[in-house]
Amino acid sequence: MDLQRKLEILADAAKYDASCASSGTEQRDSSDGKGLGSTAPGMGICHSYAPDGRCISLLKVLLTNACNYDCLYCVNRTSSNVPRARFTVDEVVKLTIDFYRRNYIEGLFLSSGIIRSPDYTMEQVVSVARKLREEHRFRGYIHLKTIPEADDALIVEAGKYADRLSINIEMPLENSLAKFAPEKDVRAIRRTMGRLRLKLDEARENGKAATKAKPPRFAPAGQSTQMIIGADAADDKTILDTSANLYGSYRLKRVYYSAFSPIPDASRALPLVPPPLLREHRLYQADWLIRFYGFDANEIVDETAGMLPLDIDPKLAWALRHRDRFPLDVATASREELLRVPGFGTRAVDRIIATRRLTSIRLADLARLHIPQKKALPFIVLSDHRPSPRLLDGAGLKQRFKPKAMQLGFGF
Amino acid sequence: MHHMILDSETDFDGWRKAARALALNDVKPSDVTWRVADDAPELFEPSAPPLEPPHGTFNVPARFVELAEMAILHRNPERFALLYRLLWRLRGNHDLLEIVTDPDVAEVAAMAKAVHRDEHKMHAFVRFREIGREQKSHFVAWFEPEHHIVELAAPFFARRFADMPWSILTPDVCAHWDGHAVSITPGVAKSEAPTADRLEETWRSYYASIFNPARLKVQAMQKEMPRKYWRNLPEASLIKPLIEDAGRTASAMIAKAASEPHKPQKRLEPPKADDMPRKGADDIETLREEAADCRACPLYKNATQTVFGEGAQTARIMLVGEQPGDKEDLAGKPFVGPAGQMLDRALDEAGIDRRKVYVTNAVKHFKFVPRGKVRLHQKPNTPEIRACRQWYERELAAIKPELVVAMGATAAQSVFGKITPINKNRGRPIDLDDGTRVLVTVHPSYLLRLPDAEARASEYRRFVQDLKIAAGALRKSAHAA
Repeated sequence: MDLQRKLEILADAAKYDASCASSGTEQRDSSDGKGLGSTAPGMGICHSYAPDGRCISLLKVLLTNACNYDCLYCVNRTSSNVPRARFTVDEVVKLTIDFYRRNYIEGLFLSSGIIRSPDYTMEQVVSVARKLREEHRFRGYIHLKTIPEADDALIVEAGKYADRLSINIEMPLENSLAKFAPEKDVRAIRRTMGRLRLKLDEARENGKAATKAKPPRFAPAGQSTQMIIGADAADDKTILDTSANLYGSYRLKRVYYSAFSPIPDASRALPLVPPPLLREHRLYQADWLIRFYGFDANEIVDETAGMLPLDIDPKLAWALRHRDRFPLDVATASREELLRVPGFGTRAVDRIIATRRLTSIRLADLARLHIPQKKALPFIVLSDHRPSPRLLDGAGLKQRFKPKAMQLGFGF
Repeated sequence: MHHMILDSETDFDGWRKAARALALNDVKPSDVTWRVADDAPELFEPSAPPLEPPHGTFNVPARFVELAEMAILHRNPERFALLYRLLWRLRGNHDLLEIVTDPDVAEVAAMAKAVHRDEHKMHAFVRFREIGREQKSHFVAWFEPEHHIVELAAPFFARRFADMPWSILTPDVCAHWDGHAVSITPGVAKSEAPTADRLEETWRSYYASIFNPARLKVQAMQKEMPRKYWRNLPEASLIKPLIEDAGRTASAMIAKAASEPHKPQKRLEPPKADDMPRKGADDIETLREEAADCRACPLYKNATQTVFGEGAQTARIMLVGEQPGDKEDLAGKPFVGPAGQMLDRALDEAGIDRRKVYVTNAVKHFKFVPRGKVRLHQKPNTPEIRACRQWYERELAAIKPELVVAMGATAAQSVFGKITPINKNRGRPIDLDDGTRVLVTVHPSYLLRLPDAEARASEYRRFVQDLKIAAGALRKSAHAA
């Protein structure tokens, strides 16, 4: 099989993993002339975008899509009839370097089907990273999938070479994983996430103590995970509770939500319908509210519904359920309160707080703050604006935010 | 009227010098025009006499210099005048930049942001093509930036691709790297750039394969990769056919019934934990394995793992704590966090070797509520303590210690089988009906929570004292035996 055909199979096999981030790692470059590559700390770089709207930052491939496991939701499950392929370690290394030199990618995201044993599989994955770092002095970004039961020495080595490590929790509910992925064990997944966090904490603490010897490097971009949405019956409340638990327990950088998507040669046991993309989007918005806007997982989803509304965003839905807290005077409200105004982003709030010390904020300023007027106006008081009480209390307010028909066309 | 002429489109130093002289001579923004040398024929307009050489200096916020350095790279020809107007106004109001709603501030900020974004997109969308092979190859790219950003963006490529010679050709200027330094030459025509690379077919297959046709989001793609960049991206010619095929591919996947698997699909029932544990003495390793799957109460759901007891099977003392904490939950071992370190120190001072005792908890899963990036400890309730007591009983039966030290209220409740106040019972061995001898004391994490250093020190001394009593009780029983 030629390399191009292998790449087609093994990229196709990797695309259901949503993560492609290249951000948040340490700063590295090659200005010493002894290596190749650099990282952009803080902000990753997306070198391209596919028509599915997803960023292409890394060469995201599987080492092999042969797999002993039979996870029903997975394109690579052992009972699927998809064509199989396997890269050699050298093939992935060369492809990464070749792509990198042409500025196609920030680095490599390598995962693998489970072959022979977890340790054997992990060793294969680690040896690609080892070769890139040690032989080719590659200083770009590396994300490695961690195999849950793998030996501690292999995990230490993975953390030495990788920027980010990840293990997918897959299902929001423990019994769904048992049902859909009988070989996977949520306990083993969580134990390994725990192991990773202890090593991440240790590396960070050692990094702070200047007197000690150089700390063991361990995945400076941290760990992340992914949950599949819509394959099981878990509601949004359950999903967000699971996320809150994972963020708190393992200090994850990100929980990715991946709408269950039809796959070639799908299992009969799963819903063969278009992926719930809008639901996925709402979950990301809710996730953001929890991490950056001071919301608690419990208040974002309406207790009686269990699901986020699809037609409006979760912050607007929250505001409509808590109208007694509005309108809010932008001149005096606290940062925490401003963050809860529909249409106000974190940067807009920071700018409002800096500006209002010097001058009052008027209706005409909203555009310069990049705040959508239509969404925000019913909820705020400005020096030259006060919403009518009838609007805020009326039943028509919700109607005002009903979306127009979605445009999916593509004009050429 | 003053007509200022700058050396180039990116001549920030020239602008800065001119603006300083203008401002110090009190020349109003409306009395200045700006242009770049050789971008237009000389106009025969009456010009004001040359400016006096500037006397003195004045200060501007550092943030203004940062903004101006970026905004001056914008392609808008009005940028020099706008920046001078902002500078002029800043002299009268030093806080002006904080007023992000001011139209001049907003416009300069928007220009700086546009330049920054264009630089970021250049880092992303430059595509090198290899000329020559391996050792002697040279990587050349053609790029059409929106603003004057080539000099700004070049150092990024120098740091990233330091070990290979490269050139980025653009219509404005070109940047080159020879392994030592970046050099800038005049712009060239697109025909100067190479038209192919041997890896491009492979890259295009990757692009097509990583795309999921079942989740078309064309607007999201175009927002981040606007069409103006497409003509220089080798993968962009695939966009249209991929979109046109997507609906068909996706509905074909949905319509096609699953084929028969070529390997038998064996579905296992989810494992069920034994409802009732066996009675009788086991060794600790057997118990530990059994407890790993314990679902006797709901605490297992949110925790990482069962944290079972640990220590010598022949231990004469069994220490019982409340429940594992954050660290213990991650490590799967009891007393390894801050409370564990406190306990180790106290044991050492009391003359007890931790390796010779058995350490466990009344409740074996961590109970907590997540709060952002931390987990807040929650006290276990009576049903949880009761559900977990079976493990304590079986540990007790397996270890047969001479003395159980119950640390804190939860441990006392589990060990005594009922709520037992600490202070009334602490500090003296108590014999239970089942023959267990118990010493009650506080939990080490109680000491960690005391806010007052003095109280902490004296409570710590009492804790060590209690442990010494435990050690003493042991020696006595050893003598008696």
